Amino acid sequence: MGRTLLDKVWDLHKVASLPTGQDQLFIGLHLVHEVTSPQAFQALADRGLTVLFPNRTFATVDHIVPTDGQRRPFADELAEQMMRAIEKNARTHGILFFGNTDDQGIVHIIGPELGLTQPGMTIACGDSHTSTHGALGSIAFGVGTSQIRDILATQTLSLSRPKVRRIEVTGALAPGVTAKDLIIRIIADLGVNGGIGYAYEYGGPAISALPMEARLTMCNMSIEGGARAGYINPDSVTFEYLKGRRFVPTGGDFDKAVRFWKSMASDADAEYADTYALDGNTVEPMVSWGINPGQAVGVTGRLPRVSDARPADKEALAKAYDHTGFEQGRTIQGLPVDVAFIGSCTNGRISDLREAARVVKGRKVSPRVKALVVPGSRAVLRQANAEGLPEVFREAGFEWRDAGCSMCLAMNPDKLTGRQVCASSSNRNFIGRQGSPHGRTLLMSPAMAAAAAIAGEVVDARQVLPAGGGNGRS
Amino acid sequence: MAEPESARRLVTGRGIVLRGDDIDTDRIIPARYLRLITFEELGKYAFYDERFDDSGKPKPHPLNDPRFAGGAVMLVNRNFGCGSSREHAPQSLMRMGIRAFVGESFAEIFSGNCTALGLPAVRVSHEDALRLQSLVASDPTVELCVDLESLTVAAGGQTVAFTMPDPDRRSLVAGTWDSTAMLLANRDAIVAASARIPYLHGFAQSGAASQGGSRG
Repeated sequence: MGRTLLDKVWDLHKVASLPTGQDQLFIGLHLVHEVTSPQAFQALADRGLTVLFPNRTFATVDHIVPTDGQRRPFADELAEQMMRAIEKNARTHGILFFGNTDDQGIVHIIGPELGLTQPGMTIACGDSHTSTHGALGSIAFGVGTSQIRDILATQTLSLSRPKVRRIEVTGALAPGVTAKDLIIRIIADLGVNGGIGYAYEYGGPAISALPMEARLTMCNMSIEGGARAGYINPDSVTFEYLKGRRFVPTGGDFDKAVRFWKSMASDADAEYADTYALDGNTVEPMVSWGINPGQAVGVTGRLPRVSDARPADKEALAKAYDHTGFEQGRTIQGLPVDVAFIGSCTNGRISDLREAARVVKGRKVSPRVKALVVPGSRAVLRQANAEGLPEVFREAGFEWRDAGCSMCLAMNPDKLTGRQVCASSSNRNFIGRQGSPHGRTLLMSPAMAAAAAIAGEVVDARQVLPAGGGNGRS
Repeated sequence: MAEPESARRLVTGRGIVLRGDDIDTDRIIPARYLRLITFEELGKYAFYDERFDDSGKPKPHPLNDPRFAGGAVMLVNRNFGCGSSREHAPQSLMRMGIRAFVGESFAEIFSGNCTALGLPAVRVSHEDALRLQSLVASDPTVELCVDLESLTVAAGGQTVAFTMPDPDRRSLVAGTWDSTAMLLANRDAIVAASARIPYLHGFAQSGAASQGGSRG
C-alpha cells in the first residue's frame, strides 16, 4: 500500500520513539510572532537553555501592530512592550526578524511569500492558522507556548501521528465561487469538531485547478473544522509558485528540490483513514451567520430554524441566535452590515485584494458602512500600490491600511464597537472575536465582503461583478 | 520509589459546571488580554466578557457563582477550547485554580496545551457529562476525583469511565509532561536526523550535520 504525504513527511522527520508512545519529530521550519513567543523565550532563559537551531526559526510581528501608521514607539504601550520583547529575543538568539523590514507581514502570508514554506517540511508556529502552509505540501500545525519552548530548545516536538482524511472535491467551482466558499462549505458539512484527530488532505480536480493563493485560503481554515493540519499535494502549481522566491534554491539545486518535493506527494494508492467527497459544482458563495465558522449558509439560502436542527445542534444554534439576534429562517441576503473588513491570513493576499477591487471599482461604499482593506504583508501592499489598487479602494470610500492582522482578532486599535455587524474576509466569527463582546461577524470571501460594503447589506457578489464574472482564480 | 512532585495520578476537588458546546479560546480569554509578555496576570481575565458587563459589573456566570468558588475540576461539553492555539486559555484557567477538565471532547491544540501544563483533560460520554454536571449543579460541595490510573471520575457515590490519549495519560502519571528535558536528552539523534533531511542543507546529496538550513 502506498503512503500519504503525511506518512512520508512524518517518517523523514522522526527522531525517536518516546516513552510516552509519541514520536519525537524534527521541526524543519519554526515561525514565531510577538504574542505567543515571549513566555517561551523566558522559559528558555529560566532554564539556562539556548536555541538549538537558530537558523530554522524566523520571526515577525503581525497581531499587535497598528495599521494606521506603524511609527515607533507604538501608541499602545503594551504593544510597544511586545514589539521590544521580540526584537530583543530575536537579537539575543540570532533569529532572523522580519518585523522591522520591508518583509513584515502576517506570519502565514510571509512564510510562503518568501519561499520559507516548502513541500515536504514540518512547520510549526504558535498560531492555529499555521495549517495555511500545508497548501504547499508541508505538514504545518499550530502549537502552544510550551511547545514553542520545546522547539526553541530542541527543534523537535513530542507528537502523535494524526489520521488522514482525504477530502475529494470533484467537478469545478462555478464562476464567482472561491476557495473561501469551498472551505466554509466543507466546515459546514463536516462540523467544527469533525476534524479532531485528523489532518485533511484536499484533492481532486477542483483543488488541482486552484492557484496557490486560493490553496493557502483553503488550508488556512482547516483548523476551523477541527483539523490541526490540512494540506494539498505539491504539483506544478506549487513549483511554479516557489521558483525565484528568496529562500528557494536556484539553478540545479532547484531541480533537485523539485525531485524531492515530487517524491513527498501522496502515492496514487495511498491509504486514508476515510474519505469525504464533494461535488465542487454544488458550492455557492457562503456566508456565516452564527458564532462558529460551521454555522454558515449559501448566499441564496436562509438561516436555519432551531426547531429544524438535529437534537445535538439545537443548543449551539440557540446560543448563536441569542448572541446575533438575527431572525430565524430569514434570507442571508439583505442582512444589513455596518463594517466591512478585507484582509487577514485567510484573505489578505494580492489575489484577494484584486478580487475585491474588481467589485469595488467605480462604485461607492454605502454611507452606513465603515470599510477597510488591510494587506497581509508589506510585499502585498507594494504589489497593490504597483497595480493602483489603493486608489480604487480609496475612491470608493474604503480606508487603505498598513500590513497586519488588524480586525481579524482586534489586538490592535481596529475593533468593532457595540453590536456592529461586520462583513469579514477573516476566519473566525466567535463571540467577541473582532473586539466588541456584542459584535457580530459574517465570514465570506473578499469579493462578497466588498459587495456587502457597497450595498450596505449581504448581497450575491456574482450579481454585482462586472460582465464575465470572477472565479477566484486571479 | 517516591513519586515526582509533577506526577498527576489523581486530581481531586470540587466542580465548576460550565455548559455549552464549541466554547472557543476567544471566549475563554479575549484577545485584548494577550497583550502581555508573561502569563502571570491571566487568572483575572478568564471568560472576562462573559463574567462582566461593559461597566465591569459581574454578570451571572459559573465563575462568578459563589457556590462554585474554589472549584478545581471544570465540567464542560463538546469541542471545548476550539479556535486559537493560545496557551493563554488553559493558563488563565489554571491560574484561577482549575486543575482538570472533564468534558465530552476537546479541541486538539487546547488539550495538548493542557497536558503541557500538567492539567488532565479527560473525555466522558455525552450522558455522563450531563450527569456529572447536574450532580455538581445540585450539590456543588460534592468532591470529584479524577483518577488517571483507573480512568474514572468518581463523584457523590457515582463512578464514570473516561478516555484520554494514552501518551497524555502516561506523561501526566509519570510527571514528564514538561517535555523539554526528555526531548533534549536525544540531542545526538536530533542532529543525526537533521543530517538526512534534504532541505536543511540546500538539497546537497549527503548533508553535513550542520545546524544550517535552507539557503538564504
